[in-house]
Amino acid sequence: MLTDALIYLAAAVICVPIAQRFRLGAVLGYLIAGAIIGPWGLKFVSDVEAILHFSEFGVVLMLFVIGLELEPKRLVEMRKGVFGGGSLQLGLTGMALALGAAAMGMDWTVALLAGLALALSSTAIAVATMNERNFLPTPTGQSGFAILLFQDIAAIPLLAVIPLVGAAALTGNATGTPGHAWMAAAKAFGAIAAVVVIGLYLTRPLLRLVAGTNLREVFTASALLLVIGIAQIMSLVGLSMGLGAFLAGVLLASSEYRHALETDIEPFKGLLLGLFFISVGMAMDFGLLLSQPAAVAMLLAGFLALKLVTLWLAARIIGVTSRQRWLFAILLSQGGEFGFVVFGAAHTAGLLSKEWAALLNMTIALSMATTPLLLLFHDWWSARSECAGGKRDQADVIDQQEARVIIAGFGRFGQIIGRLLFANGINAVVLDHDPDQIEMLRKFGFKVFYGDAARLDLLRAAGADRATLLVNAIDDVEDSLLLTDSVRENFPRLKMIARARNVTHYVELRSRGVEVVERETFEGAIKAGRHTLEALGIDRFRARDMANIFRRHNIGAMEALIPVFKDEASRVSAAQVGRDELAALFARDRDQFESEHSSKGWH
Amino acid sequence: MILVIHAHPYPQSSRAGKAMLASVRDLPGLEVRSLYDLYPDFDVDVAAEQAALLRADLVVWLHPVYWYSVPALLKHWFDVVLLRGWAFGEGGRALHGKHCLWVATTGGLAASFAETGAHQLPFEAFVAPIRQTARFCGMTWEPPILLHGAHVVGEQAIATEAAAFRQRLAAWPSTSGGEKIAEGGRC
Repeated sequence: MLTDALIYLAAAVICVPIAQRFRLGAVLGYLIAGAIIGPWGLKFVSDVEAILHFSEFGVVLMLFVIGLELEPKRLVEMRKGVFGGGSLQLGLTGMALALGAAAMGMDWTVALLAGLALALSSTAIAVATMNERNFLPTPTGQSGFAILLFQDIAAIPLLAVIPLVGAAALTGNATGTPGHAWMAAAKAFGAIAAVVVIGLYLTRPLLRLVAGTNLREVFTASALLLVIGIAQIMSLVGLSMGLGAFLAGVLLASSEYRHALETDIEPFKGLLLGLFFISVGMAMDFGLLLSQPAAVAMLLAGFLALKLVTLWLAARIIGVTSRQRWLFAILLSQGGEFGFVVFGAAHTAGLLSKEWAALLNMTIALSMATTPLLLLFHDWWSARSECAGGKRDQADVIDQQEARVIIAGFGRFGQIIGRLLFANGINAVVLDHDPDQIEMLRKFGFKVFYGDAARLDLLRAAGADRATLLVNAIDDVEDSLLLTDSVRENFPRLKMIARARNVTHYVELRSRGVEVVERETFEGAIKAGRHTLEALGIDRFRARDMANIFRRHNIGAMEALIPVFKDEASRVSAAQVGRDELAALFARDRDQFESEHSSKGWH
Repeated sequence: MILVIHAHPYPQSSRAGKAMLASVRDLPGLEVRSLYDLYPDFDVDVAAEQAALLRADLVVWLHPVYWYSVPALLKHWFDVVLLRGWAFGEGGRALHGKHCLWVATTGGLAASFAETGAHQLPFEAFVAPIRQTARFCGMTWEPPILLHGAHVVGEQAIATEAAAFRQRLAAWPSTSGGEKIAEGGRC
């Protein structure tokens, strides 16, 4: 077990940075790592099937995280892209590939099945590559994702139909068992309903309970439990685990735990996805490549040509800008991991010979490796033609829907800021670690996320590298300074407005370079002081003048403390000087005021 | 109903203005709004101010003249209360038909407001913007009450002017001078 982990981690750590270095992308790096340690390379690992099966969970986690980033509202907006674009692509590509397969002598039902299975793309590779290039939030990236989503849905009936076709082919009886089909449909609906109920009603109270314990690892465990549980429910009834996880993600996208879940799942997702790519690399049957190189090459070339052309056509029809059509086609050009499953099932059902299944699997695996290579070629080509043409299209508008303000800490202080912003239509991402607080605020319609604001991954998930400013309204001095250090170090361009508990905290924040610091009680006390002066019979505007003078002096005195703050003795003496100065200032002010506004002088 | 808009940042240090205000305070049907007292932070409650204006048929602007104009808060009050569509412009008829009386105290002596004086212009030149503000809102300009040299004139002079002010308001609306007198008035 540990030896296996050692092999996988070492292969990834060595191969991926090298692949990155040569700008091949992380995905190709993992594939190469897998090929090297696999049965056709150094033979470190033999039971590829088991690893592949296990690491498929990485794809499930990835779809969960993608779901988290998609609120149901946005999913509804995407329905045209999913069902329109998706069915168009699957129809076009599937038909072309089915014709190709039939031309090579396959039975037409089997050819249709193989064509549709090959028309599916790899969500793992396409999304990972789009993420790597920050392409997912662009309109083209969204269209691609919509198609991948539809393929995930379409894979279900495809898989369901194989045993039926298989049975029909074997017995010559096409009726199948309708009662069984009804049963399966009912089970599927039951499973989806269960996922919806879990996502909508059970998860949030559960997470709230867990968050209340303040044990991070338990929260992480419950996040994983949630995804694994849903995946199990789906696989029990033969549905796509990824689809279930995606659905659960969407249902939790508008919950306050979205960012916390995202940051907790993220490392598992990354590692398992890497393992998945490694196992795809290991599964490549290089023996086939050696024994039938011509057949493999022809299959791969034909497959890629048909898929690229039909994807390009689909892109054109759904309105992808002309500059990005080839990019779009390449991103979705590979065969999907579902293909392996379909061909495996088709082989068991007696529809595909062992040789064909192996050849088609090899084609899919190789096409996964060609995606990064084709992208490299595309980059080189478009850079060349751009230089030649000297023309640049306008960049796609990136639909980030990001708030520009992050409020860390939403207690008595942060709330006032948040409400002021919300009241004026300014969106803010709010981070707080008190589950009760969050629940209450959500009832009033605030968008609050659960998490410890000082954590770097949560800050990143909240969009700290894109936000304009961060309001540090945390009440705990230590946490506030931790957050400040983290922001200064990791997001030096993020402006900070900070709440200070007291003078020491103020000076600490200022000496860390925070530009705007407000003491939490100061303005309130100043205002009460003004009311006191007024109650003593002083003109209200005069009381305001007095408060202004006092404030200016007070802040000046605090600022003077910053350079000497580290030294206790000089801090005391500076405070003494400040007091003396204040007395002098008040005396001067009084004299000045009386000379200007004496009862005999003015009208 | 008479509305006195009083603008003095330091009313307790005021001499002439304080006497003027004190002389009318007890009159029936009179509302005084001291802006620096109501809004020391310049956060003028526009709705409350407009409602007060609607209640009145005579609006009095009572203040010291600072730099040939109104104190900053009264200028701000003009800016945020006398709005387009309410006080002027299309549909802005809220103040139409009301009367406006300007009661101002100045530091300079009457003689200094002349081409040969320290201020190089007759005081009429400084009346014009205030008068036009009122007229632009459709208000009838009453002959203003001006007290020059407010920090040098004697108690007697101030008392005389304050009494005249009180008499003008007490007898309102029969003392309404209207535009005609304003044209050739004291300024």
